[in-house]
Amino acid sequence: MLQDHLISAAHLSRDDIEAVLDHAAAVDADPDLVRDRHAGRVLALCFFEPSTRTKMSFESAMKRLGGETIDMGSVESSSVKKGESLADTVRVIEGYADAMVLRHPSEGSAKLASEFVDVPLVNAGDGAGQHPSQTLLDLYTIRENAGLDDITIGIMGDLKYGRTVHSLAQALTNFDVRQHFISPESLRLPRNVRYDLHEAGAQVREHTDLDEVLPELDVLYVTRIQRERFPEEREYLEVAGEYRIDNEVLSDASDDLTVMHPLPRVDEIAPEVDETKRAKYFEQAHNGVPVRMALLDILLGGNE
Amino acid sequence: MTDKELRVSKIRDGTVIDHVTAGQALNVLAILGIDGSGGESVSIGMNVPSDKVGQKDVVKVEGRELSQSEVDVLSLIAPEATINIIRDFDVIEKNRVERTDTVRGILVCPNRNCITNADEPVRTEFEVLDDGVRCAYCDTIIREHDVAEHIDARGAGETAL
Ligand SMILES: [Zn+2]
Repeated sequence: MLQDHLISAAHLSRDDIEAVLDHAAAVDADPDLVRDRHAGRVLALCFFEPSTRTKMSFESAMKRLGGETIDMGSVESSSVKKGESLADTVRVIEGYADAMVLRHPSEGSAKLASEFVDVPLVNAGDGAGQHPSQTLLDLYTIRENAGLDDITIGIMGDLKYGRTVHSLAQALTNFDVRQHFISPESLRLPRNVRYDLHEAGAQVREHTDLDEVLPELDVLYVTRIQRERFPEEREYLEVAGEYRIDNEVLSDASDDLTVMHPLPRVDEIAPEVDETKRAKYFEQAHNGVPVRMALLDILLGGNE
Repeated sequence: MTDKELRVSKIRDGTVIDHVTAGQALNVLAILGIDGSGGESVSIGMNVPSDKVGQKDVVKVEGRELSQSEVDVLSLIAPEATINIIRDFDVIEKNRVERTDTVRGILVCPNRNCITNADEPVRTEFEVLDDGVRCAYCDTIIREHDVAEHIDARGAGETAL
């Protein structure tokens, strides 16, 4: 897959993941390794919905590889607004670029787009579907802090719509990881993700209460619970507080617990946690650049 | 042919879909895109006693043979079905349906936010699981007993191409 497109974490094998993470570690240690390797090449950033950080992170990665980026501007001003199909849009943009990054509000859009282009395409989020490049940087951060085998991870928050969670849970099935999912009943993992975990024989348990598992965890991956997911404000308020962590909540946790979050956070993690050595979410965000450099380098055939 | 099967009239040329899971005959018509408006002559037997399966449905369609994708979806809702091609009142070919790995066209993804429900030049594609099907684009799973609900009788899953 990695010579081709990156559409879903479900397609990532352990070897694929390790190839990217090892390369990212090498790039992280010595950026000169890949400096200017892709001079003259162009990455198209096709963001059909706004995501400043993911976009900037890819932009930074491509520029550090010596390449250039182009983007389609805001969707409002583009031909998409005039009703052009995604299939047509990506076929046109393919002519301008050596690789593409796609963010789109519909599930399955990255797979569809990849069927119409020959240049490598990276899914940077398709609706509530997948966000596999985020997963690679999450895995990188987990590996740096806790290792990727024989660990226990808790994944907490909005597990239903959280695409980063779906990609991460699937990717983790390649490793010896015990996965605990903590969420309100209404925001449980969707059926298709549970199906994949089951098929992969993953060690999985679901909880509504963090306390049940917190002491066992090596990693706690927190995601945002969005207010708009609840039909009534009251229902949101009932659950929101239960899935917020601060130093008091974490007092039962292992000293070595690694706390992660794909960011942006609202109030799921109290700022006081930032000061502790457990907080790795900013490090996680920074890892986006070397991991995306490694990914683009591999997809563009640079490390052959 | 047994007496029991004669409850449904014989046809000259066309297809007899026999041993359809009882209760699924109307869904079979939906898969075939038959709602009467096309003028086909159709006979249906529902809950016909059967030695093999207790009760079954039988669908006979005059002047029509089935496409592979139709047979593929049929295999999901009526895995025991046999497809008999009739020419001049004789069965000239008798086939069991076989479960395939993939069903293209015909089914519509229930996820409204799935890209296959947008106006894109693509056919729907579903991977067949043990107990249902899964959209190859958005991963949404349809359980086996719900599959019939997601048949696009107008065949829009096909015509998008
Ligand atoms: Zn779908």
